[in-house]
Amino acid sequence: MASVSMTINGKQVSGEVEGRTLLVEFLREHQRLTGTHVGCDTTQCGACTIHMNGEAVKSCTMLAAQADGAEVSTIEGLANGDELHPMQEAFREHHGLQCGFCTPGMIMSATALAKRNPSPSEADVRHWLEGNLCRCTGYHNIVKAVMAGARAMNA
Amino acid sequence: MPRDDGIGAAVRRKEDFRFVTGQGSYTDDLNRPGQTYAAFVRSPHAHATLNSVGTAAAAGMDGVVAVFTGQDLADAEVNGLPCGWQVHSKDGEPMVEPAHPALAQGKVRHVGDAVAVVIAETPGQAQAAAEAVEVDYGVLPGIGNMTAAKAGKAQVHEEAANNQCYDWELGDEAEIDAAMAKAAHVVELPLVNNRLIANPIEPRVAIGDYDTATGEHTLYTTSQNPHVIRLLMGAFVLGLPEHKLRVVAPDVGGGFGTKIFHYAEEAIVTWAAAKVRRPIKWTSDRSEAFMTDAHGRDHETVAKLGLDADGKFLALKVQTDANMGAYLSTFAPAVPTYLYATLLAGQYTTPLVYANVRAWFTNTVPVDAYRGAGRPEATYVIERIVEEAARQIGMDPADLRAKNFVAPDAFPYQTPVALEYDSGNYAGTLEMAKTAIDYAGFPARQAASKAAGKLRGIGFSAYIEACGIAPSAVVGSLGARAGLYEVANVRVHPTGSVTMHTGTHSHGQGHETTFAQVIAERLGVPIENVDVVHGDTNNIPFGMGTYGSRSLAVGGSALAKALDKVEAKAKKIAAHLMEASDTDVEFKDGQFTIAGTDKSVAFGDVALTAYVPHNFPHDELEPGLEEQAFYDPANFTFPAGCHIAEVEIDPDTGTVTLANFVAADDFGNIVNPMIVEGQVHGGIAQGVGQALLEGCVYDEDGQLVTGSYMDYAMPRADNLPNFTVDTQVTPCPHNPLGVKGCGEAGAIAAPAAVMNAVTGAMRAAGVTKPIDMPATPSKVWAALNAS
Repeated sequence: MASVSMTINGKQVSGEVEGRTLLVEFLREHQRLTGTHVGCDTTQCGACTIHMNGEAVKSCTMLAAQADGAEVSTIEGLANGDELHPMQEAFREHHGLQCGFCTPGMIMSATALAKRNPSPSEADVRHWLEGNLCRCTGYHNIVKAVMAGARAMNA
Repeated sequence: MPRDDGIGAAVRRKEDFRFVTGQGSYTDDLNRPGQTYAAFVRSPHAHATLNSVGTAAAAGMDGVVAVFTGQDLADAEVNGLPCGWQVHSKDGEPMVEPAHPALAQGKVRHVGDAVAVVIAETPGQAQAAAEAVEVDYGVLPGIGNMTAAKAGKAQVHEEAANNQCYDWELGDEAEIDAAMAKAAHVVELPLVNNRLIANPIEPRVAIGDYDTATGEHTLYTTSQNPHVIRLLMGAFVLGLPEHKLRVVAPDVGGGFGTKIFHYAEEAIVTWAAAKVRRPIKWTSDRSEAFMTDAHGRDHETVAKLGLDADGKFLALKVQTDANMGAYLSTFAPAVPTYLYATLLAGQYTTPLVYANVRAWFTNTVPVDAYRGAGRPEATYVIERIVEEAARQIGMDPADLRAKNFVAPDAFPYQTPVALEYDSGNYAGTLEMAKTAIDYAGFPARQAASKAAGKLRGIGFSAYIEACGIAPSAVVGSLGARAGLYEVANVRVHPTGSVTMHTGTHSHGQGHETTFAQVIAERLGVPIENVDVVHGDTNNIPFGMGTYGSRSLAVGGSALAKALDKVEAKAKKIAAHLMEASDTDVEFKDGQFTIAGTDKSVAFGDVALTAYVPHNFPHDELEPGLEEQAFYDPANFTFPAGCHIAEVEIDPDTGTVTLANFVAADDFGNIVNPMIVEGQVHGGIAQGVGQALLEGCVYDEDGQLVTGSYMDYAMPRADNLPNFTVDTQVTPCPHNPLGVKGCGEAGAIAAPAAVMNAVTGAMRAAGVTKPIDMPATPSKVWAALNAS
């Protein structure tokens, strides 16, 4: 077992984990932050995307121990109470989600894009989201939502 | 003025707040107190005898609670998984229906077939112990595809001679051959409808829980139809009565058909939870999903179309081989027969249609309904051969279609393949689509591509589907072992808010919003005061679930019927309050009025009165305001439309770029246009995926080659363009909302449109032999360079 501590959504947490515990397991099972999802086992689907030290990463592809001392943020940390983050609002407004399973990863990935590129083009968004699979929307409305959300975040 | 939260409004979804904030409650997010974890031992072989299954070592490992094998299930008299549809061969014999044990007994028949289950304290311990189960396999030759099945390289099931499940036909072969002999043109086309994997992003999960105090079993599962699971599992597999069996399907992360079926893991965790007297959770990983979720499509067809000298269709003859996989999944036999051949008239007046469908067992995962289920396969056959005919006889493909359309004034229209189309306007959607894509401008765009060294093609797909599944008497006569009605319960609370319980299930379709809009419109209550509940057999009277674009057409109709009853009773209460006759009461915009008077009472006051009555005439008026309706449709609904794809091919690399895609659909009346557009987008993406990217591959011996997202090409954001979608409204004449269903249209229409465009572009480069889906760069490049 190993001790890990990190900041998750602004809150300091620590725990004892097996060496093999993935960061996503630590979030879901130890911290009960179940908004971060697992959709595959080959780092393809992106449903588990979170931010670590400000960068979008796939939490299924790193060990909890590797996040020791890191600043982690998850989908649960985005909204301010009932007030949605502009990217969450854009997904709702533009019908950028259907079943909702890929959505947390999409939104975390999109907010990372918006920080780098305040006004991404359709091609920028499609290229950036290459690592996030959605089976419901055909991406059409996700792309619209991300473009609008990025503008709103940077307004 | 129309309500901004009623029928026809693009209301933002009620369910989205929880999803965008990470507060959805999917099955894997649930944990039960004292929960254990299941891991399955799965066959790495396509076909093998089980000589022995040694569990002693695994059972002794850290944290292991129990290990069960197929023998344990047999000893406990757990039955195999049932099939919900019986098809008869043309000689009148019923299909071969082999047993499908939940854990293999004697033999394994596909890679991923479950041999044993280990229950342990942690997922890691369960997995480690599963790997310690010692299975002695006697490896047999495997049947990886239908060619091998027909060759009889091995017997998948002893009772299925030559691996055939059934040999079914629809129509009169002699008559069609005679008509074909007289045709001025006969076009023949071999087609492969590639095998697909549905791949909802949420893998399947099942949690079994047993309450030792009450004897109640609960299954939490990723299902599109919890009541159907309760019925199949309770009545046929485990022998549990409904009052002691609850099935809950909470938020479900996409289904696309593959979460309709009753799976072994559901029965095993339910049964074993009572054995070990602790909850058991099983979470599929993606690799396991690839080898256990039911696959889709997998047809090989030869189609023949006869035309007269003017281009009128005379006869269509279709010979199809359909892969059932190793066992018959819940709906599997119906997909290549009643959901396929009955659609082969398409939008056309073709007077004679004949189909012969042979179904085969192979050592592959069971194949069953995937978004569209039979109708995409039918559309692919019709629309590919019509396009091919236009090319061969030198007619514009749009004109050839228009010449053969069923006319708008010909409805109801009886097809030669059993269905009676209720309504439609096929020329209308063809013209809409042509305008949307600027069909007239295509030659100029093609010339521009050519000047840039590229090939450009355009392809039509004028599809029709039979949705709103299904009129129970009709499907019963076709072999369905259950009717397919739907159920709605409307509970008006004392202060006028409303909870609706539906037997359909939303796993992305937005029912919580769409159904609430119908209620807001009808009862005049704001949509915030309406909740729609689905997915729990303890809350909901019954339900057949969500598939076949049925939820609004059947479930919404049940809702409309229940609302009629609510209104009728509310009028009686209003009449009592206003001291009038209920026949004089009118109800509009949430107000009950008496015509010609200034008397009026609001819906909320009626609701309150219903629950706090002081002087009801009890012999004619009961307290309360809650009504329920079962709705069995009079006919299928027939959504139809036209999709057009335009592609550009780089001949140097074989890469196909989808340059434009337009859809003109007729779904009847539309409750929420935003949701409908989203459904169409998603369907198109899956159809384009089938045409350009996706394909499940087995080697000849039945080893699964595409077992992860590394090998199976899912459509990604950068593979697709924006889509242009629009709708025409021809209301359904036989259901109360006039709706037809929209969930499958894109997946049905898109493959033919894309492949017509791809093969058209290649034809311009001299390649006349069409390639099969998926049109990958290597396949396109090879075909271009072979010519």
